[in-house]
Amino acid sequence: MPAKATRVSFGEALEELGERIQDIVVLDADLSKSTMSIKFAKRFPHRFFEMGIAEQNMIGTAAGLALAGKIPFACSFACFLIGRYETIRMSVAYTNANVKLVGTHAGIGIGEDGYSQMGLEDIALMRALPNFSVVQPCDDIETKQAVEYIALHQGPVFLRLTRQPLEEVNPPDYKFQFGKGVILKDGKDVTIFATGGVVFNSLLAGERLERDGISARVVNIHTIKPIDEELIIKCAVETGKIVTVEDHNIVGGLGSAVMEVLAENYPVKVKRIGIKKFGESGSPKELYEKYGLDPEGIAKAVREFLK
Amino acid sequence: MRNSLIDLKIIATKIRIDIIKMLNKAGSGHSGGSLSCVEILVALFWEKIKRTPENALSPDRDRFILSKGHGVPALYAVLAHRGVIPYEEIFTLRKINSRLQGHPSRLDLPYVEASTGSLGQGLSIAQGIAIAGKIDGKKYRVYCLLGDGEMQEGQVWEAIMSAPKFKLDNLCAIVDYNKGQIDGYVKDVMDIEPLSDKLRAFNWNVIEIDGHDFEQILSALDEAELVKGKPTFIIAHTVKGKGVSFMEDNHEWHGKAPNDEETKLALKELEEELNELLSQKVEVK
Repeated sequence: MPAKATRVSFGEALEELGERIQDIVVLDADLSKSTMSIKFAKRFPHRFFEMGIAEQNMIGTAAGLALAGKIPFACSFACFLIGRYETIRMSVAYTNANVKLVGTHAGIGIGEDGYSQMGLEDIALMRALPNFSVVQPCDDIETKQAVEYIALHQGPVFLRLTRQPLEEVNPPDYKFQFGKGVILKDGKDVTIFATGGVVFNSLLAGERLERDGISARVVNIHTIKPIDEELIIKCAVETGKIVTVEDHNIVGGLGSAVMEVLAENYPVKVKRIGIKKFGESGSPKELYEKYGLDPEGIAKAVREFLK
Repeated sequence: MRNSLIDLKIIATKIRIDIIKMLNKAGSGHSGGSLSCVEILVALFWEKIKRTPENALSPDRDRFILSKGHGVPALYAVLAHRGVIPYEEIFTLRKINSRLQGHPSRLDLPYVEASTGSLGQGLSIAQGIAIAGKIDGKKYRVYCLLGDGEMQEGQVWEAIMSAPKFKLDNLCAIVDYNKGQIDGYVKDVMDIEPLSDKLRAFNWNVIEIDGHDFEQILSALDEAELVKGKPTFIIAHTVKGKGVSFMEDNHEWHGKAPNDEETKLALKELEEELNELLSQKVEVK
């Protein structure tokens, strides 16, 4: 199967679910062709609300729809959603409105548009809100199952999606389990926890490390909150060293979430791989090379960490 | 059949008495903006929404969103007088472990409909509920009370732009235009005028009234129900701190609660007012 962006998988899943779950409504802020909510919009025009370039009103309106029993998916770029954090905090989280916030264009992986369009701090902010779950799938099958789970899950969820196509990671018989990490490759020297668009590269990095005689376990963390504490501790016990990989700022993201679990339960050495500053323009491939999120960059960081 | 105007005035005065007592007991809170919106809330909850313990969470209920969350003492008192929460509970306002948070918290008390207190957000939520009502063909109406200072928030204008697009004639916004905010008069802090012209330009049905006159409030709410194809915005001119002479039109009382001495003075004035109304009611009979 060809590589596919998780935003595209999301658009397909939402259209399919719209048929089965009549309470689903979708809102977008003039980015439906980018978030892929357009597929739902075309199929169910009376359940789609174009809110214009006014994200905080979109989020608040979604909260109201949820309070009246609808299952609203409010879509925009991740960075534009968290720009309206105060509305998310009050109208969604503190109101406990069953809103699904869908933030696409996660990370430097979006490429040429540059920092202003890159979601790089969204996990940190959304993780801090009580009541919120944070989910970031890594391929087509996982995205589709996650979207279905989220639609039926009671409570606000932040779903983080990529602009760029992602290779298939999971097998065809894959079953998404909310809150559970997935061991993609076993190993005994180190565990690499990865999330979203960089899971595939982490897997390739694990294969490269194998050739160097380093046995790396690779784990996909699709649910960043609530995080799979049990598995994280188990991996620390079994492999000793831990590496985290994310296309997000290393402050507050997956790396921080993993370190919080370990510091409180089973302290071991952790290396966080991710973004430490603003992003910039360039092709996704060039950016991943420059910022060390390509397979060789990840493998190199792990090798140095294990020295 | 409507409660007679004198009855509504009696209820409003009783609510004001409770607001003063609640704020005094709490030791903090927003006196001016709680007192200014009392007639609006009484008109809504007794004549339109007709909230009861039975319909308080019914899917078909009329909704009321208090976007100006700091006015919540008035809402708690109204909910108590409508029997939705126990009367004694209103004196737990702002106390530890109370459901009556300093600003409305739906997590603690679902009858407030939404958590507010960060200004500017309620109208968007009200709009979402109104859209859902349209999708489902429900008959309920959605009311949203905003503060005048709150009209300075950008999100309010995003919602003002969008509600007419969706032809939400089941949505009625009301601004408690008491002219004051924390730092001074609204016109000095950041003037919102010409407000009715702005709202009309955004395609709302606009009605301007005296927000302490029950006849005007009720007739505006009646008109709002009759107007089809667009939402209604009621500009309710009010007096901040209404009903207590030393609080009226004094923004020092925006975010302050009366001490024991001030409470005594305020209650004396309000109880005189209540007795006067009760004697008028006897005469009417």
